[in-house]
Amino acid sequence: MAFTAAVVTFPGSNCDRDMAVAIEQIAGDLGGGTVYRVWHGNAGLPDGLDLIALPGGFSYGDYLRSGAMAARSPVMQAVIAAAERGVAVLGVCNGFQVLTEAGLLPGALMRNAGIRFVCREVALTVETSQSLFTAGYEAGQRIVIPVAHHDGNYFADDATLDRLEGEGRVAFRYAEAVNGSARDIAGVLNAKGNVLGMMPHPERMIEAAHGGTDGRALFESVIKGLVDA
Amino acid sequence: MKVRVSVSLKNGVLDPQGRAIHHALEGLGFAGVNDVRSGRLIELDVADDVTDAAIDEMCRKLLANMVIENYRIEKIAGAPA
Repeated sequence: MAFTAAVVTFPGSNCDRDMAVAIEQIAGDLGGGTVYRVWHGNAGLPDGLDLIALPGGFSYGDYLRSGAMAARSPVMQAVIAAAERGVAVLGVCNGFQVLTEAGLLPGALMRNAGIRFVCREVALTVETSQSLFTAGYEAGQRIVIPVAHHDGNYFADDATLDRLEGEGRVAFRYAEAVNGSARDIAGVLNAKGNVLGMMPHPERMIEAAHGGTDGRALFESVIKGLVDA
Repeated sequence: MKVRVSVSLKNGVLDPQGRAIHHALEGLGFAGVNDVRSGRLIELDVADDVTDAAIDEMCRKLLANMVIENYRIEKIAGAPA
């Protein structure tokens, strides 16, 4: 069965094409797939999706708070319902902010502790290989993925952070100082493991011309995990 | 009815913008500023039959992010409609 994904575009998304191309190309290498592009005003999503991706960008101009308006847009009701049914959801950068604002992931992404927008490649540690999204990595593996954000400073109260760590729900940690995130958290999973939010951009690291391919394994993990299932 | 909602970061949540403003004030030579916290002010003009509970819900559902922020609701008496 071919892999089917949707990439949601909000007004102000700017990594939606990169995300769609990454999924399309990697699914193509693994036997084929279809990627739908879905506009934020849609009340529904295509049937039979394996993966929904919320891309990076500055949805609604970051008005109110990053991701706050997008989280209340019509399509997000369908995304929330799909996530609750177990459909895989990947939120990258602004997509991660949208997922926390929508309540699909705990915590919040605040202004970077150093105030500045951070746009560079950063070293990450893969914290778990026991997830749909990270099965293709080794736990403890060091990878390099670019970040480009102003509001990536992950915050949650200590009880929540302890729970995330205890349940193996920290997917990625920064291996260097980036934005002041609590416990250097770069990406977190929901309790069921079908929703991942992360600030770094794996879709920008999928071919040699990007300067590296460390993001490929994330997409390969999801596609293999869902097509074989 | 005019309603003013002040949204601010909870105590204990680092406020990088407030800290930067603080440093800038010190840089301008203003002494004696102990702390600066930044926030957001949202003014609503609502119909008179909108309940306090509804305004509270607006704050919780959208205007403030309850993970990191507090809000304060202030009705502005006598403001022209």
